[in-house]
Formats: sequence, C-alpha cells, structure tokens
Amino acid sequence: MLQTLLPILIFASLIMGAIGALRRVRLWRQGRRTPVVWRNLLLMPKRYLVDLHHIVARDKAMAHTHVATAGGFVAAMALALIVHGFGWRNPLLGGLLLASSLVMFVGALAVNRRRLHPPEKLSKGPWQRLSKSLLAYSVGMLLVSLPLVGVAPTLLGGGVLAVALTALVAWGVLELVVGMGWGGPMKHAFAGAMHLAFHRRPERFDDQHSNAQHDDHRGSRSTALFSLDLTAEKLGVEKPTDFQWNQLLGFDACVQCGRCQAVCPAFAAGQPLNPKKLIQDMVVGMAGGSDAHYAGSPYPGIEMGKHQGAPDQAIVPQLVEAETLWACTTCRACVEECPMMIEHVDAIVDMRRFITLEQGETPPSGAVALENLIATDNPGGLDNASRLDWAADLDLPRIQQRPEGVDVLLWLGDGAFDMRNQRTLRALIKILRAADVDFAVLGEEERDSGDVARRLGDEATFQRLAKRNIETLARYRFQRIVTLDPHSFHVLGREYPAFGGDYTVLHHSTFIAELFDAGRLSVKPSEQRETITYHDPCYLGRYNGEFDAPRRVLAALGIEVAEMARSGFRSRCCGGGGGAALSDVPADLPGRARIPDMRMDDVRATGAATVAVACPQCTAMLEGVVEPRPQVRDLAELVAEALIESHEAMPVSNPNETLEEVPA
Amino acid sequence: MSQPENATAETVDAIGTVHALISSGRHPVSGRPGRAREDARAVEMGLTLAGAGLHLVHAGNAEEPALRDYLGMYHGLDDSAARGELSLLPMAAEDDAVPPLAHWLETQGARMVLTGQRAECGEGSGMLPYLLAERLGWSLTTGVAAIEAVAATHVTVLQALPQGQRRRLDVRLPCLIAVDACAPAPRQSAFGPARRGKIEIVEDVTPERDAARAEWQWQPARPRPKRLKVVKATNARERFRAAAAKSSAANGQVLSDLTPEQAADKLIAYLRAEKILVDDDEPASD
Repeated sequence: MLQTLLPILIFASLIMGAIGALRRVRLWRQGRRTPVVWRNLLLMPKRYLVDLHHIVARDKAMAHTHVATAGGFVAAMALALIVHGFGWRNPLLGGLLLASSLVMFVGALAVNRRRLHPPEKLSKGPWQRLSKSLLAYSVGMLLVSLPLVGVAPTLLGGGVLAVALTALVAWGVLELVVGMGWGGPMKHAFAGAMHLAFHRRPERFDDQHSNAQHDDHRGSRSTALFSLDLTAEKLGVEKPTDFQWNQLLGFDACVQCGRCQAVCPAFAAGQPLNPKKLIQDMVVGMAGGSDAHYAGSPYPGIEMGKHQGAPDQAIVPQLVEAETLWACTTCRACVEECPMMIEHVDAIVDMRRFITLEQGETPPSGAVALENLIATDNPGGLDNASRLDWAADLDLPRIQQRPEGVDVLLWLGDGAFDMRNQRTLRALIKILRAADVDFAVLGEEERDSGDVARRLGDEATFQRLAKRNIETLARYRFQRIVTLDPHSFHVLGREYPAFGGDYTVLHHSTFIAELFDAGRLSVKPSEQRETITYHDPCYLGRYNGEFDAPRRVLAALGIEVAEMARSGFRSRCCGGGGGAALSDVPADLPGRARIPDMRMDDVRATGAATVAVACPQCTAMLEGVVEPRPQVRDLAELVAEALIESHEAMPVSNPNETLEEVPA
Repeated sequence: MSQPENATAETVDAIGTVHALISSGRHPVSGRPGRAREDARAVEMGLTLAGAGLHLVHAGNAEEPALRDYLGMYHGLDDSAARGELSLLPMAAEDDAVPPLAHWLETQGARMVLTGQRAECGEGSGMLPYLLAERLGWSLTTGVAAIEAVAATHVTVLQALPQGQRRRLDVRLPCLIAVDACAPAPRQSAFGPARRGKIEIVEDVTPERDAARAEWQWQPARPRPKRLKVVKATNARERFRAAAAKSSAANGQVLSDLTPEQAADKLIAYLRAEKILVDDDEPASD
C-alpha cells in the first residue's frame, strides 16, 4: 500500500509545488522588468553555500541547525524521489535516505527546542507550525524507509500504521514542498535561492575586490544608492509594482528571523519602524491582503491589522505609514545582518523618493533642509562664503592659488558651520601642518556633498549638487581628497563615480594612520590614565569597511581600546544619519531611551571615560546625551593633543587648547 | 487653513477659475532665484481654495527658473493627476506689467486674483496690486492672512494687522487679494509636479514701455542706518511690557454709524489737521 501511496504523494506534491512556484514568479514579475540573466542561476549554489552561510554562521548554533535541517531535507527529498517516487528500491540509497532523514530529524529537534521559548525577534504563527512539520517529515520519511534496509519489513506492510505514516509524510510534503511554492514559511528556500541568483547588487558576492582599500569587509562592497533617472515618468516607488522585480523577489525571500529587528536602532528606541515588518508589508503589498496574518513584532506604537495592500495600490499610507519610512537612519545594520541579503535601505529610500519628489511631503524639518540646500548649497541656509570663517586665523591654503596642484584636497563638509566640529577641524589642520602635508581647501566653492538630500529622497537636489561639485573639482589638481566626515567620504568616494567623479577619497582616520605608518607624526606616548572606547560610524564602517584605521591611530597613540559589545560591523548607530534627525518622528518617547542614549549606555558598559569618534554627526548626537557621561572626542582631537610639535611647524597660534576647556 | 470638504467645487461655482500672479523671488542669503515669500503664500492660498482650478500668471521672462518652483506646488490635490498651468505674458524688465496683466485677466473673465504684496527683486515697489486693481476697477485687499468664505458676490477674508490682530472683511467681487507674509506657509515644491507643469506662452501680448520708469534716476542702494534701540527698562516686567506694547498711536478715535458724507468730512478734516491735505486755494508747498 505504501508503494502505491508514496509515489502519488511525492509527484502530486512536486506538481502542486511547481504550480505554486509559477504563481509566485508571476507575483515577482509584477515589478519593473529588468533583463534576466539566466546564467546567474549557476552562481546560486556558491552564493547560497558561501555568502549566505557566512552570515548565518554569525549564530553558530543556528547555522548548524540550519545545515542539518535544510541539508537533511534536500538530500532526503532527492533520495525519496528516486527511491519512493521512481521505485528504485536500492538498499544503499535506502540507507542514505535513512541517514539524511535522521540528520534532518536531529536538526528539526534543535529547531523545536528553539521554538519552545522563541526569542522576541522570531515570528510565531506558521513558523511555529513549520518546526512541527519538519519533525513530521523527518520522522515519517525515516519510518517509511525502514523496510528498504530490511528493518521491520512486515510491520509496515499495510493497515492503519501505513495510513498513519503516509499521513505524516503527507503533512511534511504539504508544508515543505507544496508550501514552498504557495507562500508558506518554506517559500524562503525557493525565493531565497532565486533572490541570491538575481540579486540587484551582485558585487556583494564578488570576491574580486580584495585588493581595494576599504573593501575587506564583505558587507561594504556595494553600498552606494542606485541613481534615479530623473526623466522617468514616475520618480521613486509609489506602489509595490514600482519596485524592480528582483526587489520584490528579495522581499519574498525573507525568513522572518528577526535579526534586522534585533539590531535596528529605531526599533529599539520605540520609533515606528521594524525592518522585518516593513519587508513583510512589502510582501503583503505584492501579494495583496492585510497585515493581520503577520505573526511577528509590530512597528512600535502602530496597531496591527489596520493596514492593507495590493500590487496596484499606493503603499503610503494604506500599507505603511510615512513616519515608518522617515524613522530609518539608513545605518544599514539590518542589511548587514540579513542572512537573505535583503536590501532594506534601498527600499526605504525608493519610497522616500516618491514622497519627496512626487508628493512633496518630506517631513517639515527635512523640507526646510532641502530648500536651504537648493538655495544656499548647505542644509543650514547659511551663506556659503562663511564656510571658512572658523579658520580666519589659520591662513588655510586655497586650492585656487595652487594651479600646479596639491597632494591633499581637504574636504570640510557641512561640519564647517558647526562650532563643535570646527574644533575637530582645527585639530585636523594642526595634524596636517605637523606632518607637513601639502594640502589646500576649496573654500566657498565647496558645496554640500548631497548626502542628506539623497537620503531624504531628493535625488534631483543630490544630482544637482553632485554635478556642481564634480565640475568644481574638475578645475583643480590634487592627488586625493581627505575628509573627516564619513558621509562626505561615502558620497564622494562611492556615489560620485556614477556621475563621472572618480577620486581617491580618504577618511581622516585612514590618512592619519598612513601618516603614522610613514613616521611623519611624533606623539607623546599616552599614559593611558583612562579607558577609551571607539564608536564606529555607520558610513565609515559598515558602508565602507574601514574598521582598522581608526584603531591603528588609537594604537599609535598608545591607547588600548576597550571595545563595546556592538562594535565593528555590528556598531550601533548614533541616530544622526540618513536624515532621521530631520524626520520629525518623535525621538524621545516616554519610557524609551533615545538612540544616542542607548549608544552612550554601550559606551558606559565598557567603563570608558572617553569615547573616540570619527564623524561630526556622531559627535553631535553623542554629545547631546545629558551629563554626566563619558567625554566625546574625535580621533583628530586625540592625536592633535598628543602631538610633539617642532616650533616652526605651527606658526599660527592655536586657540584649540583653550577652546577645549569650554563645555560644548 | 481648514476648508469645508467641497470647497473646491463651491469656489469654482461661485467665481470660476482663481488666478495667482507670481514673480521670481531672491533668496535673502544667496540671492538665487526661487519662490517669492508672499507669492508662494498666495499660490498656497489659491491651491487650498480652488485646488487644481488655480491658474498661475507671470508677466516677464519665459526662461525664469523660479516659475517651475511654483508649478511644483501642485500636489496633494483632490485630483492626483492634476498638473499646474502657468500663462506667461512675455515682456522685458523695462516694460510695464500692468497693461498686459489687466488685458489678460479681463479676457479670461477672472473674478478673483491672488498675489503677493511686493516683489522681491526688480522694482519691488509694491504698487502693482494697486495699479492693477485701479485699472480693472476691482476691489483690492492687501495684507490678507486667510480667505474664510467665498460667495457668488463677495469673499470673506481675514486681514493681518500689527501685533497679530486680524480684521474680518467682506470684499466685493471681482477683487484682487494681496497676501501677507503671515498667511499659512507654502507647501513644499516637488520636483515631479514642477517638471510636469505646463507653461503656456501667451502670443498676442504687446508690451508697453514703463513710462514712469524711464524717468527714474538710478543709484546704488546704501545700507540704511539702524536706529539704536535703547532699552530704558530696569526690570524684567518693564522689558516685557516694552516688548509686548502695541505701537499704535494712543490718541485715535473710533467713529461709527456715520453716513458716507460725514465719514468723508471727518477724514478730510483729519488729513488737513495732519497737514497731509492742503486746501485747494493754497499753493502746495513742496
């Protein structure tokens, strides 16, 4: 009886699953069409087994569980097709089938153990059921295959037991094979595999970049936002069908593991954003329906079950509230953690683009910043000619007076208008002069890099600023650009190439580390009176893979860094990036810590008296935390303080020392 | 500004198309062209009132980059496919904007026109609303902060007065409304609608030289000396009262229930007393 039922079951489930899969493909293809490169399917196994596994393996126990369960299932299913489906009842194959079922069973036990008290980040509902279905399939397949190796051949020949076992296997294949195509939890395997093959950022899997300067970190190989064609009929994403088809595919690959939710600074601060829910909402929009069936954590403060979506219905506000999109700091922690390599930030910026460019509904503070950028080239609406006011006594060399060219063009960034950052800039100038660096500044010809405009979705203003800056830079000769603003660093280095601006851009931490390596700076050895920790800026670390240079600089000062639990690629955002500080989404919710407060708690946990930073925004956000708190010092300030100056190197008086005493 | 649900439909029934006169502004810091502060508020008021039924008019240079910024305000309207339309009456900077505007508004059968009070560049005399209303024979209200209601024959507006005071006025149609800088702030100008907006160049405009302008003498502006503000107050209470004090004169009088003739006599008497009017038989002293 089993020999009749099993083939029917296996082939029926495969056919049903295939039909479901085709329907799923049609859902994805509702998106904007881009050419499909079929040979990318060949890249999928490597991307799955290497790149994806690298990320999953950050949680070792889960990686082993997944290898056992998924590997066991794929092997058991393939062997079952041969053995039970085509009836080639070879004892050797039967033995292998038993073994793989057993491996899967062990994995499924681990899955079930985790599901006894699931952590908050996991989705429940169908995902709880999946753990049982894994058990059902592995146990069922194990038992029905026992006769193949001669164990209990008569016992399972017929009758009630056979029916029961068939039912068990049927439950398993229904969930694992049919459900894979029809949108059950197992769709993550099918959609995930396709997503890896047709990923929108193939550079993320590309190993050819190992010689590049900042690319050592795997997550930082492709972090520039895609540029938008400003002549397109519709700008940005209004409806789910406005996404590229492979973006929709990417959303569908989500396995709801909640790693993004666990690292999202906005979610932790109680702001109305949960990256996992956002991706699930995109799936709801693509497939049509409401968010009532979602079984994970909601957007904090937003009730579930009230929003619905359809492929041709506007996403905001029917499916997602605008404040959810504006709460994002674009820190990329979610993208970094996602084992499915989903691009949350791209999706958020795509939707912000529609809101800003087509609907003109940027949050008021953001809209003011954009208007200022259009009128004055800086977000504060200040006279661009005052960009060098802070350096009136420093006699900075202007690149306009150096037609023969300079080694370093110092890019000041909009921090030049901020009194706190001006102190950092003065420290950096002191270092450059002490090391006798041949540098110059653009002065009032420098404009905002366009970072804020782009993250707020105003691609038009970004492109205008980018093109003007590139025109300006084309008039002067320099070897490389050095900046202390990681946002300018990222935009100039990673995003300008799309507009024809190819420069060697260094963050000041990298440049100072180089100066130390070349022996051009002499410093007093630190007595290390106090513990110092270092906060990795998102746009330097995760976006550009530069974790090493700042630590080398601190080491050169003789400082031993007490690392925070979340440092390096897992650094927690300060809350100041991506225009989130201009989003008017309330940042200080009753009973919840603000994002910078949480980061300062991370600092306190190390026992550090000082946190070294490398970004004007991080400085501003962390110094905004109420005292008493650890001091916030930029790397440049720490280096400048320890410098041993030769007297002729610094002809200009340095008021930095006295300024330092004044509380910010 | 809160409007009844069907404000747009009612407005169109009552007064037809609403027009807004726009000019290029100059940013106070960078001097770049952009939306003018008051004109943008006039457009905002018009969009709130008439939705996509608002029609923009500009007399001047067709290449003016700021025009698109106004068209970018056509979003968030009932008809999401609506796009802004602007009629451009081509003329040079030396020409008089009043005759072509008056002629064009008359041919369009306009009954309500919104505008700012004063341009931010060019002459910026603030005279255009007065000259235009005079030429058209329309009523004119300046310093308008809000439009409250529109009926077939008149419109109810709130006029802004110093110290945050407001005066409610019923203005007879057709009328020209000059919007104050304290009117509700203009919506964001978005790139998409700005790109889609239509600029139609009106062909049969015959510009006239501005005769008054030809007689002017031009000289560079001098920065106006600032009056030193001497605060005599010695304590916080006095400083607060000085800051909050109304600047209006104390010795005015309120006249009510007069016939128009009596009111005119009183006004003439006042103007004589202040030596603003001189008797006809006396030669005017320059």
